Amino acid sequence: MEQPNLSYIHSMSGGDKAFEQKLIAIINAEFPEEKKEYFKNLAAKNYKLTAGNVHKLKHKISILGLEKSYETAVAFENNLLEGRTTLQDEFESILTTMTNYLQQL
Amino acid sequence: MNCIIIDDEATARAIIGQLCSNVDSLTVLEEFPNAMQAIKYLNQNEIDLIFLDIHMPDFTGFDFIETVKNPPKIILTTSDPNFAIQAFEYDCIVDYLVKPITPARFQKAIQKAEATPNKSSHTDESSSEKVESSSGNDLYVNIDRRLIKIDIPSIYLVEAKGDYIHVKTEDKNYTVHSTLKKIADKLPDSIFLKVHRSYIINVDKIIDIEDNSVLIKKDVIPVSRSNRPELMKRLNLL
Repeated sequence: MEQPNLSYIHSMSGGDKAFEQKLIAIINAEFPEEKKEYFKNLAAKNYKLTAGNVHKLKHKISILGLEKSYETAVAFENNLLEGRTTLQDEFESILTTMTNYLQQL
Repeated sequence: MNCIIIDDEATARAIIGQLCSNVDSLTVLEEFPNAMQAIKYLNQNEIDLIFLDIHMPDFTGFDFIETVKNPPKIILTTSDPNFAIQAFEYDCIVDYLVKPITPARFQKAIQKAEATPNKSSHTDESSSEKVESSSGNDLYVNIDRRLIKIDIPSIYLVEAKGDYIHVKTEDKNYTVHSTLKKIADKLPDSIFLKVHRSYIINVDKIIDIEDNSVLIKKDVIPVSRSNRPELMKRLNLL
């Protein structure tokens, strides 16, 4: 499976290590909250709100260099907007990969 | 250029802030997690450029543009490439950045912004809705194959959400598969007014009005520039 990386963060930080640390800290603070909202709205079958959560999460997927996973998230978001949960397992697997990666940074 | 950043995602605000810090001609004055806070700020401060997210809960980037009087130059920042055509209906939008934003693409957007003279906002002034009075006091809506009667004067707000409208009354709210245009044709124009492309309000139920919004019950509703003169005409001003 595709693995996260910090290529994008390095490319846009211009070598500013303090900023890189700050950005990772922000992602680490924001990501669990966004996941929580996602699972809450999904459990309530509020797929429109869940699509909004996926929309927000997919930015972080792209920041961590997960290009194929990003496409999965786009497709899953569209499915949710049509009231379907197809690709849910694949999307949640991406979230798990990101969670594990962020924990070790 | 003095600029502000409006994005509900802290990560996005941090990235745009960092990209701005690498451009000598840019000064970030403020960051906002939602559009309503930014509107209040803009009422009191002169800004040259706004980095504006489209997808925000409750109040989208496009709602924001419709609401602000004489918006400055705007660079849209979004994860969704599908709004580009809609974006360029607005003269104030100088560029459209898809996240994740790369430094090279960001630089190009800034160059465009610097080369673009200040303009006023929207080019489409043709969407004036026809509002006709309804003869009776009741409106029937089809919900789950039942026709439900709603007392028209009790309606205080109608909100368009995609293929549905939310009809809010004194004691109950209804979600109906319909359009704002259809219900506007059924509501009497003596008490109802479309104040925004997504909202019709009962003018009698207004609690107060700020520059670009009205408070109606507990809902703060944006008022677009094109609808504001009609709203002001309808008020019994001292």
